[in-house]
Amino acid sequence: MRIGLEATCLVDGMFPQVGRATVRLLERLGHEVVFPLEQSCCGQMHINTGYGRFALPLVRRYADAFADVDAVVVPSGSCAGSVRHQHAALARAAGDEGLARAAKEVAARTYELSELLVDVLGLADVGAYYPHRVTYHPTCHSLRVLRVGEKPLRLLRNVEALDLVELPEAESCCGFGGTFALKNPDVSAAMLADKMRHVLSTRADVCTAGDSSCLMHIGGGLGRLSTGVRTVHLAEILASTKDDAESGATHATGTAQGVAS
Amino acid sequence: MPTAPRGVGNLRGEEGFPAAARTALADPQLRRNLGHATRTIRAKRASVVAEVPDWQELRAAGAAIKDDVLARLPELLVQLEEQVTARGGTVHWARDAAEANAIVTRLVQATGADEVVKVKSMATQEIGLNEALEAAGIAAWETDLAELIVQLGHDKPSHILVPAIHRNRAEIREIFLREMGKVGRPAPEGLTDEPRALAEAARLHLRRKFLSARVAVSGANFAVADSGTLAVVESEGNGRMCLTLPQTLITVMGIEKLVPTWQDLEVFLQLLPRSSTGERMNPYTSLWTGVTPGDGPQEFHLVLLDNGRTATLADPEGRAALRCIRCSACLNVCPVYERTGGHAYGSVYPGPIGAVLSPQLTGVEDNATLPYASTLCGACFDACPVAIDIPTMLVHLRNRVTEAKEAHGPLPGAEATAMRAAAFAMSDRRRWTLALRSAKLGRLLGRDGRIAAVPPPLTRWTRTRDLPVPPPESFRDWWVREHGGRS
Ligand code: SF4
Repeated sequence: MRIGLEATCLVDGMFPQVGRATVRLLERLGHEVVFPLEQSCCGQMHINTGYGRFALPLVRRYADAFADVDAVVVPSGSCAGSVRHQHAALARAAGDEGLARAAKEVAARTYELSELLVDVLGLADVGAYYPHRVTYHPTCHSLRVLRVGEKPLRLLRNVEALDLVELPEAESCCGFGGTFALKNPDVSAAMLADKMRHVLSTRADVCTAGDSSCLMHIGGGLGRLSTGVRTVHLAEILASTKDDAESGATHATGTAQGVAS
Repeated sequence: MPTAPRGVGNLRGEEGFPAAARTALADPQLRRNLGHATRTIRAKRASVVAEVPDWQELRAAGAAIKDDVLARLPELLVQLEEQVTARGGTVHWARDAAEANAIVTRLVQATGADEVVKVKSMATQEIGLNEALEAAGIAAWETDLAELIVQLGHDKPSHILVPAIHRNRAEIREIFLREMGKVGRPAPEGLTDEPRALAEAARLHLRRKFLSARVAVSGANFAVADSGTLAVVESEGNGRMCLTLPQTLITVMGIEKLVPTWQDLEVFLQLLPRSSTGERMNPYTSLWTGVTPGDGPQEFHLVLLDNGRTATLADPEGRAALRCIRCSACLNVCPVYERTGGHAYGSVYPGPIGAVLSPQLTGVEDNATLPYASTLCGACFDACPVAIDIPTMLVHLRNRVTEAKEAHGPLPGAEATAMRAAAFAMSDRRRWTLALRSAKLGRLLGRDGRIAAVPPPLTRWTRTRDLPVPPPESFRDWWVREHGGRS
């Protein structure tokens, strides 16, 4: 399958290891991955902050960049959610029916990573090896916008040597919310404090999720407190193999997201 | 389209949400009370909702009925007026809070009474009726237990269903001991903070009010257009006392509270109690149609309140907020509400529904921080019994806030500048590649792979979190290096 990667602006600029892991994983599974350099950002930040108009060119770039791939993979629940639920509506609100059609068409081929693996490629076991105690935070947009449900957990349960521990009150928001963390920093910090408390209670050494933004927030908090718990994107865990672990390759265990380890 | 007027009622706070939230966050007792109460009611609601096999169908039915009401509002309101009038009631139309207050005050004065008993009602809180009556020398006694606690404590409600949710038992005991005697029967000596003892104290205090009051004021949960029937659902039965004992009953109702037929009530009487109190059925459901000679109030007035609702209706993207049946489920599941409580929202409608309803009733400029008082986590949408897509509506209202600002000239502030710059860089491949490379400048600020302090506006972020240091190579630079021109 010819799969287009939407790296998201955050992965491209801040967490390239997540993009590299996604490529490595999909290529290992026998697929062709392409990265159209025309892409930039899904526009979610603009749309959700009240600057939807600014995002219109980004909607167009997204539709153009991925016009000729079989599927688009986005290693981010919130960006995949934005493409699927906001792009066409934004184009329609701007009176651009042609773009709305194109946006709708590409949105139907756009998947968050666990959706692509489980629903499209029919896999629950991607042959990964990751010898760590891991807890999973189901980010709000994966959970309630995309409804990925158990998919990420099914994938994690099939990772060899991985010890999956349940996160208490997993479904409560971590308090990031894009620009919410800047506009309401105190409420955001209070929510983060509870999320960190729950992560620490699991005694996991790694907290994972399908969204770099939430991991940046949680990892930033955990790093400030010097807890030693690392945040690692789901793609990095699924990309890891036994060979990586044995050869001691730097990408094998993923790189911590909130703070470089 | 006129919005709710300034200077009257309780839809606007004195400060924006972030500042008001800070006050609430600094109160550990408040946070404990809220965390405990919302967790308890969340669990209760979840279990009784899970029992209903066709809950999603019921939700869809509730949403559809309300949408039908909103689509035919003028026609249904006229039908309601005809039916109420035919059954011996009198209908009054109030464009806004000021008109509604004037109408009710005049009606009470006409009876010669100088006090009224009140059934818990959001509409009268919204318009500030108690304050208006007081200014006219009329005392208004709240009879709902939680509302009584708020009133005696000279406090403001902080939750739609449980206005005193921010208070614990010890605080309530103190309020009763201190205040009850000043306005009626004092609290019994040796009052403990046992829930039973507190409820008994309230019961004895309120009984005097019920028996002496000649006028009652209520809101309405529903009004049935084709029969002219009004409905109030409650848990304590105090409302029923008000609705049956006094001579005169005055009901203030938002115009969106209609349902077309008696049969439609069936759907809401299932949705409401499970969503709000986590009960299968509420203990008291009072229904009345006009007046019945020799039984119950002999005079019935219905005040139909607009106060920004028609303006809300005019926005196709925002009007679904008028489906709301004030169950408060969205408050109890909201992680933001759980930390800040209701006072931070500055309006009688707090939490997620408040964040979309208050700015629409007042006009977005008057409540411009509320649409941002959410992480868009979506828990409210899942909980809402009439399926109001609050997150999408919040995003829509944020855009309206920006547009409203833009109407006064070019968008000001660091945020707009940053947004504009980001959009500019992101919409061109070469510019974006360069922007990602320059992000490496951030490395100069970071030590040990983390950034602990940065210039504004990110300073607030780094107060409690470290920012990661941008990597030496962006993903796209890596891709080009590895894959050459292949894209
Ligand atoms: S918006 Fe929905 S959940 Fe919130 S109070 Fe209204 S009906 Fe209940």
